[in-house]
Amino acid sequence: MSDPPIITAEALVKSFGSTVALAGVDLEVERGTVLGLLGRNGAGKTTLVRILSTLLAPDVGHARIAGADVVRDAQTVRSRIGLAGQFAAVDETLTGRENLELVGRLYGLGRREARARAGEVLDRLTLATAADRLVLTYSGGMRRRLDLGASLIGRPLVLIMDEPTTGLDPGTRIELWKFIDELVREGTTLLLTTQYLEEADRLADRIAVIERGRMIATGSPSELKQRVGGDVLEVRSANFGDLDRLVTLLSGLGSGPPVADVRGQRVTLPVSDRVSTLFAAARRIEESSIEIDDLSLRRPSLDDVFLALTSPGRPAESGTPTSPRNGHSAYERVVA
Amino acid sequence: MVAAPPARVRSHGPIAFGRDTVLITHRHLLRMWRTPQIMVLSAIMPIMFVLLFRYVFGGSIRVPGYTSYVDFLIPGILVQTVIFGASSTAVGLADDVSKGVTDRFRSLPIHRGAILAARTLADVMRLTYTVALLIGVGLLVGFRMHTDVLSVLAGLGIAVFFGYACSWLFALLALAVRDTETAQLAAFLVTFPFVFAASTFTSTAMMPPWLRTFADAQPVTKVADALRALMEGTGSASGPALSALIWSAGILIVASSLATWRFRRI
Repeated sequence: MSDPPIITAEALVKSFGSTVALAGVDLEVERGTVLGLLGRNGAGKTTLVRILSTLLAPDVGHARIAGADVVRDAQTVRSRIGLAGQFAAVDETLTGRENLELVGRLYGLGRREARARAGEVLDRLTLATAADRLVLTYSGGMRRRLDLGASLIGRPLVLIMDEPTTGLDPGTRIELWKFIDELVREGTTLLLTTQYLEEADRLADRIAVIERGRMIATGSPSELKQRVGGDVLEVRSANFGDLDRLVTLLSGLGSGPPVADVRGQRVTLPVSDRVSTLFAAARRIEESSIEIDDLSLRRPSLDDVFLALTSPGRPAESGTPTSPRNGHSAYERVVA
Repeated sequence: MVAAPPARVRSHGPIAFGRDTVLITHRHLLRMWRTPQIMVLSAIMPIMFVLLFRYVFGGSIRVPGYTSYVDFLIPGILVQTVIFGASSTAVGLADDVSKGVTDRFRSLPIHRGAILAARTLADVMRLTYTVALLIGVGLLVGFRMHTDVLSVLAGLGIAVFFGYACSWLFALLALAVRDTETAQLAAFLVTFPFVFAASTFTSTAMMPPWLRTFADAQPVTKVADALRALMEGTGSASGPALSALIWSAGILIVASSLATWRFRRI
């Protein structure tokens, strides 16, 4: 018998004034898995997280965590989740231990229990030696770890992390990933939002891509990569202004439409017939006299998936080439 | 495996409210205790006002019915002090909201009312300390009370109660603007006309009629007059005291309801 999903959301809608943050979102997360919620700034990630963590009520729709409704039964939900936000919401003028003890007591633990639990979590997050120092003296990575620690104090069934590694240096990020891995191994269900494809690829069992308040794709990282088709041909342009021309030039060559990535100053093209497409592309580029820096074939990355999925009017499954559009905004689909 | 069951749900009722309020208040007080510079600086401002009005302007201010201006001045500055003290709620709460501390509290299974109750409780405790300090400084510069201990305590009680009510008003303001610096500026701008267009520093009798109408009708004058009646024995105390209490209670009820309502929507 399979367990029902531990997180379910049905048709969630939330608007702020005239801005629609969520336009009907469905979501299911299986117990003990990691869902990576991927989207750029303003896509609706934080709104969804705030609804699931009872901080915000949806206008329409329902969500449940471990069977408890996030609106009607909010207090039950709160006792089952841990939330680690975008900012390290820890108190600078308290010590690490005091921060965690306060959270423990607010979870309803007795004084001694809270002290013991704080000690465990501090050890766990390798903050034991800094436990009695004011958080003021902590580095950014230590603060984020302490914030994660605060969300673990109540032994949550579900851990919700909103961009846990945003703003951290690469080393600290990898360190945090290791903690997350451990938690998942112990059976905690994790919902994490991220703008980093690498992070989603590394941590998530399933990825849900959110764009303009809608889920535009869900699947395992490898399923999503398959949706782009086989390999990817990548052309790096020497001149910024040539991206439009390259898109036109490569249209119809691959197994899907070419996609421009302004930040990377490149155009990617899904291909199934590797070598012949490479030759064809090379020929066309040479004839066109567009200057390029690089032309290569590679395996698809989540980046490609994201770019393909979030190109308006260009569903990733479709093999029909689309003509390039005018104007720059059409190509501003860069994952920051 | 997740070994232990999740923490129990115990977030309703007066016991949970009391417990959570005490826990969070303790956190706020610890913060104040660990940032003594803020405590010192917040005490300096009322003292400067005392010195300014006692020694710089005091010589040229005459208030009918008072032989010594300092006896008129200190109750006025007391009211000013509780309002400025209460405005720290705006800054503290806006800071907690913008830094995610409030979200952390709200995501925990605690009594929702405890978050604002703790904030205002901690601020009123800090305000009481400033009031005590101010009375001390007043006594040093010649302030004398001319009634009995009970009346004086009643007066101080009214001042602190008014401050507590204002603290909720500033909580509401913080929830409306959210940003710390905006909250600070807005608190000051809101406070200014009420503190100065009042009987805080001088009798309203000398003001032009339109201003006097406003000044006589607004709560700061009511509270200052009540304090003077209770501490200096100028006229009957029951009328002004009742009026000050009604104003404070009214502000408290309206502001705390609105702030609580608003807090559910942040």
